[in-house]
Amino acid sequence: MANQTLSLFDISGRAMAAQLVRLNTTASNLANAGTISGSEEGAFRSLKPVFRTIMGEDGTATVAIDKIVSSPAAPTKRHDPSHPLADKNGDVWEAAVDSAAEMVEMLETSRQYQNNVQVLQTAKGLMLETLRLGQ
Amino acid sequence: MSVGQSLFGIHATALQLRSQRMSMLASNIANAATPNYKARDMNFAQALRQASDGESIESSIEYRVPLQPSLDGNTVEMSTEQTAFAENALAYRSSLSFLQGRIGTMMRALKGE
Repeated sequence: MANQTLSLFDISGRAMAAQLVRLNTTASNLANAGTISGSEEGAFRSLKPVFRTIMGEDGTATVAIDKIVSSPAAPTKRHDPSHPLADKNGDVWEAAVDSAAEMVEMLETSRQYQNNVQVLQTAKGLMLETLRLGQ
Repeated sequence: MSVGQSLFGIHATALQLRSQRMSMLASNIANAATPNYKARDMNFAQALRQASDGESIESSIEYRVPLQPSLDGNTVEMSTEQTAFAENALAYRSSLSFLQGRIGTMMRALKGE
């Protein structure tokens, strides 16, 4: 995979795909915010994509998702004996999702997606103008 | 001096380098969220000199020095990259219009209008 030729469309296109995966993980984190589990292991932990640079030739690089990891943040333990999922000590665990942080992540993702779209638009315009050269 | 260079001057080379620099800046923008990514840019004046002398431009690719270092080791600063991208696109467009003018002149000379 090392030092392949990357066109501008590869660079921005793959970056957009990576940002979309990031948006997907954010969506599933937000969807699972507030879910309750009867055990600490069963509680939802927020998912985080790990980005990795893919080097191309002549100083170009694009990005790919290396893996998706579960956040190490621990679920919140809450004493709630009346909850149907409560264990024998009367505890339940709430999903380890920071909704505010996820919203910020979502905004950042969408901005970075937009930046890549903008790059593609400009590059495409310039390429079309180059094709029209001499006409 | 090649035929292309005598006809189109520095702009044929410049256009090629501008498009190469555009890919580099696009790479920086693409990696805005990748930890430890080091942004790169082309020293354009040096690259143009080397390319017109037929040398490799590899030594003119430099790492960007960030204005403010970030915790995750990423040195992409979106404002810097976006301004550089816009500037580069504008310079590409000006090279294009110089070429357009040159082609127009030559067409008129060929047709004897």
